[in-house]
Amino acid sequence: MNILVFVKQVPDTETRIQLKDGSVDTSAVKWVANPYDEFAIEEALRIRERLGQGKVTVVSLGPDRVKEAIKYALSLGADEGVHVKGDGVALWDPLAVATVLAGAAKKAGFDLILTGKQGVDHDWSQAGIILAELLDLPHVSVVVSLEVNPESKRGKAKREVEGGAEVVEFSLPAVITAQKGLNEPRYASLKGIMAVKKKVIPEWTLADLGVDPAAVSESAASVRFVEFSLPPPREKGRILEGEPVETARELVRILREEAKVL
Amino acid sequence: MAGYAVVVELKDGSARKVTLEMLAEARRLAGDSGGEVAAIALGALAPGEAERLASYGADTIVHVEGESLAPYATEAHAAGVKAAVDRAKPETLFLGATSQGKDLAPRVSARLRVGLGSDCTGFELRSGDLIAKRPIFAGKAFAKVSWNAARPRIATVRPNTFTPLQPDGSRKAQVEKVSMPDVKARARVVGFEKSEGEMLDLTEANIIVSGGRAMQGPENFEILRKLCKVLGATLGASRAAVDAGWIDHSHQVGQTGKVVNPTVYFAIGISGAIQHLAGMSSSRTIVAINKDKDAPIFKVASYGIVGDLYQVVPLLTEEFRKSLKE
Ligand SMILES: Cc1cc2nc3c(=O)[nH]c(=O)nc-3n(C[C@H](O)[C@H](O)[C@H](O)COP(=O)(O)OP(=O)(O)OC[C@H]3O[C@@H](n4cnc5c(N)ncnc54)[C@H](O)[C@@H]3O)c2cc1C
Ligand SMILES: Nc1ncnc2c1ncn2[C@@H]1O[C@H](COP(=O)(O)O)[C@@H](O)[C@H]1O
Repeated sequence: MNILVFVKQVPDTETRIQLKDGSVDTSAVKWVANPYDEFAIEEALRIRERLGQGKVTVVSLGPDRVKEAIKYALSLGADEGVHVKGDGVALWDPLAVATVLAGAAKKAGFDLILTGKQGVDHDWSQAGIILAELLDLPHVSVVVSLEVNPESKRGKAKREVEGGAEVVEFSLPAVITAQKGLNEPRYASLKGIMAVKKKVIPEWTLADLGVDPAAVSESAASVRFVEFSLPPPREKGRILEGEPVETARELVRILREEAKVL
Repeated sequence: MAGYAVVVELKDGSARKVTLEMLAEARRLAGDSGGEVAAIALGALAPGEAERLASYGADTIVHVEGESLAPYATEAHAAGVKAAVDRAKPETLFLGATSQGKDLAPRVSARLRVGLGSDCTGFELRSGDLIAKRPIFAGKAFAKVSWNAARPRIATVRPNTFTPLQPDGSRKAQVEKVSMPDVKARARVVGFEKSEGEMLDLTEANIIVSGGRAMQGPENFEILRKLCKVLGATLGASRAAVDAGWIDHSHQVGQTGKVVNPTVYFAIGISGAIQHLAGMSSSRTIVAINKDKDAPIFKVASYGIVGDLYQVVPLLTEEFRKSLKE
C-alpha cells in the first residue's frame, strides 16, 4: 500500500503575527510542519505498521526551506520525501496549490492520500478536498478515526461534526484530511534522525509534474489577498480582587447590569 | 440570474440558523448592488420551509431533488449544487462555514474551477467588486480577499457573524424545482455518534465556559458543567486539559482547536497562551478567573476575578442562579 502524505510548512503556532509593508512579516518566523499534518504523518506510519507492509511518501510544496518539514517527517519514519519546488501563486491560491499537489500525486502513485484538515497559516481548509476532486477521488474530511482494508479496497472513518461524529464508509483510493484526535503523534527517535542523513530528497519542478504554467500564473489565481490587518487591541479590563464571596457577587452584577451580556 | 445564492443547510428538513444569517447578509449586499437572492435547498424540505426561507429574505427557492441527496454525501451534494448553479447562475454563492459547508465548498470550487474564500466574517463592495474579510492564523490577523473573474465566487460564512432579518410573512418566493443525475457517491455517511450532553456546539454557542490545566482532573469539570447549566453555556477547554485526557478534544478552543466567537467567554484556570488566545480573542466579552494576577489571560479579559476557582466558581454559579431566577 502506497500512502502519500502532503505536508505544508507553516509558521510555528507561537509566532506573534506582525505586518510589514502591508503584508505578513515572515522574516523572523520559525517554520514547522503544520500541526494537522503531523496527525496525517502519524496515521500513515501506523497504517504501514499495522499492515506490516507499504510505503509512506511525504510531499511538500514550497521553497527550499520546506525540506526541513520533509526531513522532520523522515525522522519520524516516513520512507521517502519529495520536495516540489514552487512559490508565488502555487503557494497561496488553494486551487493552484491543489493543482500542483495533484500533479505530484499522479507522478508518485498512491493507494491512499492523507493531508491535514487545515494549514494553520491561512486557515483555508481547502487543498485536501480540492485535490480529491481534481484526482476524481472520494474524500473524508476532519477525520478522527480511520480504518482501511487494502484487500477489499474499503475504508471506514469518523469525522467530527457539530454535536458528534459521522461514520463514513468509502472506497480506496481516497483522500483523508486529518483532525486532532486521530492519534497521538510520536517523537523522532535518534535512529530516525540519523537515518535522515542518508536519504536523498528528490526535487520535482512544476514542469516535471506536467503542470501547465498558466494554471499557476499570477493572473490565474482564483482568490487573492488585497490587504492584511491586525485585530484591534482590546480595551483594558476590570479585574476584581478580594473576598471570593464579594468578587463573585460583583462580577454577576457587572455582567448583568452594566455590561448587560447575560 | 440571481446575484447571490445561499446553499441552505438543512437539519431534519429545516434551515439551520447559519442559513438565515447568510440570507440576511446576501440581502444587504444585493440591496447595495441590486441583485436577487436565491436559496438553494438540496433534498426534502419540512412543510412550510420554503415560505420560511422567503420570509427571511430569499427571492427564489431553487429546490434540488434527487435520490442521492440523503444521507449527506459530498459528491452527491456537489452535483446538486452544480445543477442549481447552472440554473440560477449566481454571481456569488454562500455556504455556511460549518462541518458540512466546509466539506462541500472546496469540492464545488474545484468542480466549477472558481475561487473559494473560506470562513469569511465580513463582506464589502468596492466599485461593485466583492471583498471578503477572513481571519488568518486563527484570528491573530485578518486578510481581505478578492476573486478573479470566474463566477460564481464562493464563500463560506462563519456562523454567528451576521444577524438574521426579522421574518416578514408577506414576502413570497418563487420555487423552482431542479432535478439532478443520480450520483453513486464513493464516500457515504452510514451512522452518527452523538457526543455527550445536549449542549450547543462551541462554534454556535453564545456563551462558553472553558476550563484549563487548573481543573486537575475530569471530575472537577463538574464544577464548570454546573455553571454551564445555569447559564445555558457550552463547555470548552484548553489544550492542556484535552491533552491530559480530562475532556474530549472536540471541546478544545484555540489555534488547533475550535475558533469561537461567543458573546461571553469564561476562561477558568487558563493561563492565556498565544495558541489559546488565537481561538477565542474575538469573543465579545471575555471573563477570566485565575489565581495568578499576572496571568496573560487578564491582558485580554474584559472582566476578571483574581482568586481560586474552587472557591470562586461555585459562588459565581450560585449568584447567577439567584440573579437569573429574579
Ligand atoms: C502546536 C501547538 C498548538 C497548540 N494549540 C492549542 C490550542 O488550540 N488551544 C490551547 O488551549 N492551547 C494550545 N496549545 C498549548 C498552549 O501553548 C498552552 O500550553 C495551553 O493553552 C495551556 O493550557 P492552560 O492555560 O490550561 O494551562 P497552564 O498554562 O498551565 O495554565 C493554568 C492556569 O491555571 C491557573 N490556576 C491554577 N490553579 C488555579 C486555581 N485553583 N484557581 C484559579 N486558577 C488556577 C494558573 O495560574 C495558570 O494560569 C498549543 C501548543 C502548541 C505547541
Ligand atoms: N504547499 C503545500 N505542500 C504540501 N501540502 C500542502 C501544501 N499546502 C497545503 N497542503 C496540504 O493541504 C492541507 C490543507 O491546507 P490548506 O488548504 O492550506 O488549509 C494541509 O494540511 C496539507 O496537508
